[in-house]
Amino acid sequence: MADGTPVDPVNSVFGKPTYGQNVGQPKKVEMPKGLWVKCPSCGEMLYKQELSANLMVCRKCTHHFPMTARERIASLVDDGTFEEFDPALVPVNALGFKTSSKDYVDYVKSQQEKTGMNEGVIAGTGTMDGAPLSLAVMDFSFIGGSMGSVVGEKITRAIERATARKLPVVVVCASGGARMQEGLFSLMQMAKTSAALHRHGQARLPFISVLTHPTMAGVMASFATLGDLIIAEPKALIGFAGARVIKETTQQDLPKGFQTSEFLLDRGLIDIVAPRPILKATLANALRYMTAGGTAATKTSSPTETPAS
Amino acid sequence: MSAQKNRLLPLEFEKPIVELENMLTDLHKRASDNDIDLSADISSLQGRIAEERSRIYSSLTPWQRVQIVRHTNRPFSLDFLKLIASDYTELSGDRLHANDKALIGGFATIDGRRVMVVAHQKGRDTKEKLMRNFGCPNPEGYRKALRLMRLASKFNLPVVALIDTPGAFPGVASEERHVAEAIAVNIREMFGLEVPVIAAILGEGGSGGALGIGVADRVLIMENAYYSVISPEGCAAILWKDRAHAPRAAEALKMTSPDLIKLGLVDEVIPEPAGGAHHDWVTSAEALKAALIRNLDELGALSPDALMDGRYAKFRAYGRFQELTGQGGAETLDVPVATEVAVV
Repeated sequence: MADGTPVDPVNSVFGKPTYGQNVGQPKKVEMPKGLWVKCPSCGEMLYKQELSANLMVCRKCTHHFPMTARERIASLVDDGTFEEFDPALVPVNALGFKTSSKDYVDYVKSQQEKTGMNEGVIAGTGTMDGAPLSLAVMDFSFIGGSMGSVVGEKITRAIERATARKLPVVVVCASGGARMQEGLFSLMQMAKTSAALHRHGQARLPFISVLTHPTMAGVMASFATLGDLIIAEPKALIGFAGARVIKETTQQDLPKGFQTSEFLLDRGLIDIVAPRPILKATLANALRYMTAGGTAATKTSSPTETPAS
Repeated sequence: MSAQKNRLLPLEFEKPIVELENMLTDLHKRASDNDIDLSADISSLQGRIAEERSRIYSSLTPWQRVQIVRHTNRPFSLDFLKLIASDYTELSGDRLHANDKALIGGFATIDGRRVMVVAHQKGRDTKEKLMRNFGCPNPEGYRKALRLMRLASKFNLPVVALIDTPGAFPGVASEERHVAEAIAVNIREMFGLEVPVIAAILGEGGSGGALGIGVADRVLIMENAYYSVISPEGCAAILWKDRAHAPRAAEALKMTSPDLIKLGLVDEVIPEPAGGAHHDWVTSAEALKAALIRNLDELGALSPDALMDGRYAKFRAYGRFQELTGQGGAETLDVPVATEVAVV
């Protein structure tokens, strides 16, 4: 793309979403070898360690830098309580997919080396303000957070684990959509994760979806929008179809702030926009209402179907 | 049906056949005009046509199949319904915003079996195409479909979903009415339908727009139809920076019926007449009808719990990955022993 956005094959249902339109959002943040980082929004030079201690939020303009899944988990889960599950799941080249330059598995390997992760999501259990929960956190730096078989499987297991243990589940989303290199298997992860959420909901257990920059396409059209609550970080790019595709298809000008958290809040599509420093407290508070000391969850174990009302 | 009487526009790869057919017409004409016996030439030419047909149609590339299902004379959902249902009573609206004409539905009777149909609908001429929004539903289409499917579950009618869409419509208003949520809720709620659900991909199975009515106990696909995570053009634009590479993408995505049945991602392929359903609507419809009836009868024997458990298990199993042995995370990458899990 012309604006220098990384050209990872992040895909959406209709094509590559455009991330560059969000003024003030991070492009690729060049982490210099030095100790300082320049805020892409206000230009302020920030001391790296201080930025990290401030949850990757610019102290001057409150710009939210991208967070790795590990940083995110550390920011949400009580110290020392996180237990990771399924770290050894890795992708295979189910379709024999290759571009002229690279086999898909080689591409995955290079991403694993780059990020130090086996795949684009980390899942596990822990406590939040003392209350136990199941958590899955996506990482945009791994092939654009795209969802293939492994991402779908880890998130599904995180939901099933929560259902089995009568825990709430929180998924922190960051994704360009389904991963096209795994073809229809990727699309089916939308169904798989949603199926698990169906059962979780039938058991009257809470699910909160947290939308971070960016959350698009196939992930949006499955678990990301199925939260009992949907909470977004400020100024995140959130939507289904990419802005460029919409523009090309409809020849329409896009409204100001289109597909940002604030736009979605205004249209009534999400519950809360929570700045990162209060995200943990916001989640913990909501979960206290929704778990009712665990009594509501245990009392009604028999699922009730909801027919047309 | 009137559309079928028109001469079919040949697809690019069908031109050799058309040329031979023109020669044949010419021979017939000469024979009758000049009252001479050309039967030997005619029968040899007929032989060549048959050979050429089977050569071309038996080795269709994925991209050629895409062209076939995008042919304007391809039978669409309503064309099929006219041929397979003795009654179709369309029901309208999502009771919230609008009546989507790209995603329709209603009561239908197929060989005496009463069902609820939800279906994508495309248009044939320009006016109809616009009216049907090129088969690209807006959120209200998915919400109407959910309303009808819940109605079906309530009154014990099996659901038949006919899929034929390039994808959900990418538009500002669609985003403002939360199309992603509409699709996601459908996917989730289809797991709770207490009746048999059969999905048949008739033409284009365009990504989330298809899956939004595609969670089913049986997923059938017409021989030339495709079902894909992304359009071949969209994939080509990302991977090769050029939509012209769509044929390559169609190949790589493994999106056609022979590939999908091999991968275990669809349950049954419904045969089409040589060259595609647009050459013979009636035969195509008969094949679809037979497959629907057989699957309806098989599923009809199952209890609601068995249906829902089976549906869960079916979609739960989709995915292929490896689980490395040994402990820990990224470190295990170097462990040479890996258990090959090919979960389908």
